[in-house]
Amino acid sequence: MSETKRTTIVLFSGDYDKAMAAYIIANGAAAYDHEVTIFHTFWGLNALRKAEDVTVNKGFLEKMFAKMMPKGADKMGLSKMNMAGMGPKMIKKVMKKHNAMTLPQLIEMAQEQDVKLVACTMTMDLLGLQKEELIDEIEYAGVAAYLGDAEDGNVNLFI
Amino acid sequence: MQSNKVLDAKGLACPMPIVKTKKAINELNVGDVLEVHATDKGAKADVSAWAKSGGHASLQDTEEDGVLKFWIKKA
Repeated sequence: MSETKRTTIVLFSGDYDKAMAAYIIANGAAAYDHEVTIFHTFWGLNALRKAEDVTVNKGFLEKMFAKMMPKGADKMGLSKMNMAGMGPKMIKKVMKKHNAMTLPQLIEMAQEQDVKLVACTMTMDLLGLQKEELIDEIEYAGVAAYLGDAEDGNVNLFI
Repeated sequence: MQSNKVLDAKGLACPMPIVKTKKAINELNVGDVLEVHATDKGAKADVSAWAKSGGHASLQDTEEDGVLKFWIKKA
């Protein structure tokens, strides 16, 4: 076999469906023996948030952001037909029926397959998210680290 | 057809059949044959594309009663 190929994905979206697409591609690419990186920025960071409450020191605006944003992958809304939270409930039912993996399961599977999950530190600051609020075993970096992975990448997506 | 290992991926949805196939093939020796059973309609295209990319040989595939079966020889 030739040398290892690389897949890099920027997850900008905080939508459940879009994050699912990103994580399905990431898991598929890992099965293709690619080195896979998902760079989470802006709303995509919410996919890495812990579901439970974490007490951290924050300013007023940051607290507001933390309240308004979904707390973890399972709480994210749909990009279409969200219907104030009805849509995600419905789609999760359908997913169960078809035995599709949920987003939290896909994230766990990605970690199991050594997909590199990266949180963008600049947008963490903007959204007031701290390391303690994000899941374990992820990396923290900026655009240069992402480009370092992406410049010799074979598949590169922005979702 | 003879196989060294049978992977039951029936009922699993994308991307699991490929993720499991990859895991199963990692546990085999070069030249061993992996038999995969799947019900995901995309599995046929997925498994053959995946095998080709990794250099593994797709020996045979069948479909009966909605169950797709593949035989892959590890390269």
